[in-house]
Amino acid sequence: MVEWTDFERATIQDIFSKMDYEVVGPAALSRCLVVYPWTQRYFGNFGNLYNAAAIMGNPNVAKHGTIILHGLDRGVKNMDNMKEIYAELSVLHSEKLHVDPDNFKLLSDCLTIVVAAQLGKAFTGEVQAAFQKFMAVVVSSLGRQYH
Amino acid sequence: MSLTDKDKAAVRAMWGKISKSADAIGADALGRMLVVYPQTKTYFSHWSDLSPNSAPVKNHGKNVMSGVALAVSKIDDLTSGLMALSEQHAFQLRVDPANFKILSHCILVVIASMFPKDFTPEAHVSMDKFFCGLSLALAEKYR
Repeated sequence: MVEWTDFERATIQDIFSKMDYEVVGPAALSRCLVVYPWTQRYFGNFGNLYNAAAIMGNPNVAKHGTIILHGLDRGVKNMDNMKEIYAELSVLHSEKLHVDPDNFKLLSDCLTIVVAAQLGKAFTGEVQAAFQKFMAVVVSSLGRQYH
Repeated sequence: MSLTDKDKAAVRAMWGKISKSADAIGADALGRMLVVYPQTKTYFSHWSDLSPNSAPVKNHGKNVMSGVALAVSKIDDLTSGLMALSEQHAFQLRVDPANFKILSHCILVVIASMFPKDFTPEAHVSMDKFFCGLSLALAEKYR
C-alpha cells in the first residue's frame, strides 16, 4: 500500500485539476516520440511520424495523448488503490499491445518536462518529488501484470 | 546515439540562450535533486546545509554548470575534453555513474521550467543526447 502525505495528495489533485488534458496529453506523447524515437514502434498505423513537425501535427498522436491523460486521471481519482485500478490496463499493455514497460518511464519523464514547462517556478523540488512519486506508482502498477 | 551536427548546433543554440542563467540553473537543479532523490544526499554529508537555497548548494551548482559549459565547448570530443573531470569523479569523488542520469534529468526539468518556449521537443532530444554523451565521458576513467 502506498502511503501518501497530505502534501502529496493535495499536490497531485491540484496539478491535474488545473491541467488541460487535451493540451498536455498530446504534448507529452509527441515529445516522447521525438525525444525517444524508438517508442514510435508502437504506433506504426498512426500515419506520418517522419519528423518532429509531422509528429507534433499528427491528429492520431494528439488523440492518443488525450486518451493516456484520461488513463492517468483514473489514478488521480484512486490514489489509494492504483494497483487494482490499473490491473486491466496492465494486462492490455502486456498481452495485447506488447509494450516494453521501460517505455512507461520514458513517457513519464516527458510528462514531467511538460508539466515543469507549464508550472514554471511553481514546479518546486517538493512538487516535482510528489509528481514523480505519483508517476512511479502509475508506472509500477502498469507493469505489475506482466509475466 | 552520437551527436550529429544538427544536435551540436541545437546544443550550442540552447546554451547561448541559457548560459547567462547558468548559476541559477545549477543551484535549482542540484537543490531539487537532493529533494527529489534523497539518496543523492549521501554524497554531501560534509555540508552544513543541504536545503535548496543554501550557500553550499548554490556554490556547487555553479561548479556543476561550469563543467557543463566546458562540455559545450568540447562538444566535438567530449571524452578527451572531460578527461580531467572524469579522473576526479572516478578516483576521488567516486560518484556512482547512475547519478549522472539523475542530475541530467533535474537540469533538463529546470531548463524546461525556465525556458518553456525554447525547450521544444527538438531542442530536448539534442540536449538529452548531449547529457548522455557528457555522462558517458564523465564515466570514462571509472574502470
